[in-house]
Amino acid sequence: MIGIEHYVVVSSILFVLGVLGIFLNRKNVIVILMAIELILLAVNINLVAFSSFLGDLTGQIFAMFVLTVAAGEAAIGLAILVIYFRGRGTIAVDDVNRMKG
Amino acid sequence: MIHILSFYLFAALTILSAVFVIMSRNPVHSVLWLILAFFNAAGLMVLVGAEFIAALLVIVYVGAVAVLFLFVVMMLDIDFAELRAGFVKNFPLGLAVALVLIAELVLGIGAYRAGELQLGTPDGTAAPLLGASNIENIGALLYGKYLFLFETAGIILLVAMVGAIVLTHRERKDTRPQNISKQVRRRPDEATVNVKPEIGQGVKL
Repeated sequence: MIGIEHYVVVSSILFVLGVLGIFLNRKNVIVILMAIELILLAVNINLVAFSSFLGDLTGQIFAMFVLTVAAGEAAIGLAILVIYFRGRGTIAVDDVNRMKG
Repeated sequence: MIHILSFYLFAALTILSAVFVIMSRNPVHSVLWLILAFFNAAGLMVLVGAEFIAALLVIVYVGAVAVLFLFVVMMLDIDFAELRAGFVKNFPLGLAVALVLIAELVLGIGAYRAGELQLGTPDGTAAPLLGASNIENIGALLYGKYLFLFETAGIILLVAMVGAIVLTHRERKDTRPQNISKQVRRRPDEATVNVKPEIGQGVKL
């Protein structure tokens, strides 16, 4: 039977893959943002699984708020990316050490 | 049986597409793999009976966030090969960090399996009602106990929207927009003039 451990293992692997993605694509902000989305997805799977196995819906409500914050973060992050690209013509994160506009 | 099979199918596909998200050469392919990962994660959530969150995941992530990513990836003219330069160099460090993380997580799960840890017990205030569907239960909680948090989530989305518009909006110098207050302020006596020219003289404006 599928228990809570199975879900925790899947979400752990997803979380670690997200962290690995941040390390591997250190220059490409777009892939870093996608890796952050993977991490948040792992958190959501965890919350939903625990909520279901414990018989308490608070986890699912909280997963919805995580989803909200993730959507806002993606919108703001991509907006910053677009204005950064407009000014520099590149999105390499290595150059993001001065904030002169 | 079908439950177990579909769990392993969804779990394997989620992890596989997550691997492709971080390994793809082309970010457009990364976004497409991300969409597949979200679909399979939604399947995992349906399996534990959280249909509403699963539907929300598909609508919000696949319908909005992934399309946003696709737009940005395709709009910006970027040399992605150059951005991949440090991929091999960063691989050992990233793998080491990932191994340490997974070891810690395995340790935690092992401690739980050994029976030393107890999961928290719900206090029963958010228990699902018998006979009501998942959506009814979530709606009752969301518009009851968690109403203020729900409204806060709305404000967060509003702030994100305003922020994204303010950040990316730019005044264009080469257009001639309407000046509405100037138009409204105009009166007939300052806009038109009555002249009576001599024959053959013409009008001087």
